[in-house]
Amino acid sequence: MAYVAVKGGERAIDNAHAWLAEARRGNPAVPDLTLAQIQQQMGRAVDRVMAEGALYDPELAALAIKQAQGDLIEAAFLLRAYRTTLPRFGYAAPVDTAAMALRRRISAVYKDLPGGQLLGPTYDYTHRLLDFLLAAGATPPPAAEAAEPAAAMPRVADILAQEGLIETHTDTGTEPGDLTREPLAFPAGRDIRLQALARGDEGFLLAMGYSTQRGWGGSHPFVGELRVGEVTVEITPPELGFAIDIGDITLTECALVNQFKGSKTVPPQFTSGYGLTFGHAERKAMGMALVDRAMRAEELGEDATAPAQNIEFVLYHSDNIEGTGFVEHLKLPHYVDFQSELEAIRRMREDTK
Amino acid sequence: MTLSLPGFADPVADAQACFRAVLTAMSRPGTPQRITSPLTPPAPLGIAAAAVLLTLVDGDTSLYLADHFANAADWLRFHCGTDPSPDRTTAGFVLADSLPDLATLAQGSDEAPQDSATLLLPVESLTAGARFTLRGPGLQAPTPLAVTGLPPDFAARWAANHAQFPRGIDLILCAGDTLVALPRSLSLGEA
Amino acid sequence: MTTISGYNFAYLDEQTKRMIRRALLKAVAIPGHQIPFGSREMPLPYGWGTGGIQITAAILGADDVLKVIDQGADDTTNAVSIRRFFAKTAGVATTTRTDAATVIQTRHRIPEAPLTENQILVYQVPQPEPLVKLEPSRAETRRMHALAEYGAMHVRLYEDITRYGQVAISYDYPVMVNDRYLMAPSPIPAFDNPKLHQMPALQLFGAGREKRIYAIPPYTNVRSLDFEDHPFRAGRAPHACGLCGADTSYLDEVVVDNAGGRLFVCSDTDYCETRRDAGHVGEAA
Repeated sequence: MAYVAVKGGERAIDNAHAWLAEARRGNPAVPDLTLAQIQQQMGRAVDRVMAEGALYDPELAALAIKQAQGDLIEAAFLLRAYRTTLPRFGYAAPVDTAAMALRRRISAVYKDLPGGQLLGPTYDYTHRLLDFLLAAGATPPPAAEAAEPAAAMPRVADILAQEGLIETHTDTGTEPGDLTREPLAFPAGRDIRLQALARGDEGFLLAMGYSTQRGWGGSHPFVGELRVGEVTVEITPPELGFAIDIGDITLTECALVNQFKGSKTVPPQFTSGYGLTFGHAERKAMGMALVDRAMRAEELGEDATAPAQNIEFVLYHSDNIEGTGFVEHLKLPHYVDFQSELEAIRRMREDTK
Repeated sequence: MTLSLPGFADPVADAQACFRAVLTAMSRPGTPQRITSPLTPPAPLGIAAAAVLLTLVDGDTSLYLADHFANAADWLRFHCGTDPSPDRTTAGFVLADSLPDLATLAQGSDEAPQDSATLLLPVESLTAGARFTLRGPGLQAPTPLAVTGLPPDFAARWAANHAQFPRGIDLILCAGDTLVALPRSLSLGEA
Repeated sequence: MTTISGYNFAYLDEQTKRMIRRALLKAVAIPGHQIPFGSREMPLPYGWGTGGIQITAAILGADDVLKVIDQGADDTTNAVSIRRFFAKTAGVATTTRTDAATVIQTRHRIPEAPLTENQILVYQVPQPEPLVKLEPSRAETRRMHALAEYGAMHVRLYEDITRYGQVAISYDYPVMVNDRYLMAPSPIPAFDNPKLHQMPALQLFGAGREKRIYAIPPYTNVRSLDFEDHPFRAGRAPHACGLCGADTSYLDEVVVDNAGGRLFVCSDTDYCETRRDAGHVGEAA
């Protein structure tokens, strides 16, 4: 029988995409998901996709989640690919998290503090029992409302700083780098590191942060403060010359307080690890803060031996869009390389006979 | 007012065509490339030099303009979206009216030799004048080049630039609508 | 001109193209040296050729004729997908014929037919750093390239020779470019390495995930690392193509039945078709 080389790549792709679209929709007898439903009822997924997709747009994130059948890394990839060629109109001023309109704010290092502890909408003390009423579509009773919204509360790091017990950072006036424009280079400053972690994979940051707690580069962390709420974003258009408010975004901020024994030049004091992420994403912000502090080992004169302390290792592997691409590309045909390996191994076996 | 002069008629296609001309010029040193897109840059800026700047310079790069080209500053500011830099020693692109001391321009480092200047130099002619023989990557055989408008000691000055490879500047010679590129990898002798 | 609305010609915005174009020119001026660039997330995943796609997008013009191959074949799904991407975003003509193309984007092969001065070959590169298996830190490899400190690679190859009697690298075989930079030629089979040397076409290499661009100008010396007593040798399956009878081309090995039957056919599908059109016949045809 005559051999005919494989053809039909074009048709195979078209058919695969059609099947994918059908599978995505599922049974047409089941109502189609709306973006509003995703945005309203899968908020944590939307938040994660915005953070890792590096684009604050809940509606587009909802669309990405729908398009990706709930595969959140795929959804973040869709957002990244969308944002990458958007024109830049300007740069926002740094947001002021001390002025955050809080929905949650806790500190593990003080029993009480100015502004108080604000538990907010947390899973922390829920009993993880599947709620069959939810399956039945029950509407929850209305939650109690405070008489007035929480006032702005000082950051715990600022409280510690008043006593000089924690390191302080002064604004050097230098513009932070921009990972989305300039490729990573080493040594990478903390601005670049935090930027990479803010876009980094939640699971990776969780695992790396966890490893520091288990002795792989321990840094004795306390949660100085974790806060979630809305901040205002401002830009100053050059033609106006003054700042204008362009909207509010939800952020989660985590400030860790870590032991530091001091060095020849610095008295013993607390140091900090910092995490900041789009949306309500406490696990991500905490993992980020742990890893941020771990990566400061060398700067603070500590032994840098653990994976989480290796800046190059962490930064080159935190991005799940890069990671998923390179891992999954192994599915692409490699038969030419494999053929050369086949020939080489046959030749080597021949030679050793 | 030079601002009234337009840039590329078709910014996307003209920039692409100009880029390919520069890419070919850089890949085949000494081979003249013509810029065919219509362009009316403000004097004394020539067509080839203007096209190269429109194609490659923007707010993400730095451009140093010799005083001779001050008349074109506003035009470049508008069409490239960049403020010409006063610092010749760090600029990524340098437009000169006579060959500067090449060692005073950004040379790049051993680790990042790409952080070096690209020098644009208008000359009178790329078909007649002092004769050179070019050798190096991009050239299958020694290739002749004739230029009017280079200083008499150019070959020695270029040799000093080439000797620092991989550091060193890359030179684009422009005459009217024609350009020739001399990358740092090129060795050049008098013919 | 653009055939998909809302996006620029060839997808990338002009500012991104300028950034890539500047990097490309420096890459040509410093043959074999990896230039870091602000690689963008593309609508295809990292690993699918985002580096090559970004280079192609930055060089492509409306008059270009584009050919895309993966494993030497025009009809592999990834090649089809990338060719469609540019047909859709740039509206350029595409071809499967090597001699009709002005720009050829490739993954893992160099076409069999010699390329000309009027062509540009764009490689998709997964790992641009040839020293990566010896030194994982990019800060360190950057220093090694600056000092042309390549002794470790020679030692590695020599260890292969002492253990196996030959160098055990069969693809992505490291080369010296213009006697200065050690370079990863991308995972082409070592069989293709000799074509890198003094090629009339310009060769551009893009690594999207690793954010590096590098180049080999036309007619540039490219030497596969070897030793005087163990010269470089490139392997291919010792057969003739079953379809066109070619006995010098790189062959794919196809398993044709459950009894271990094998058929060897050209990996370069255009080369094979061109030969068959010219009347060459292999044993299985």
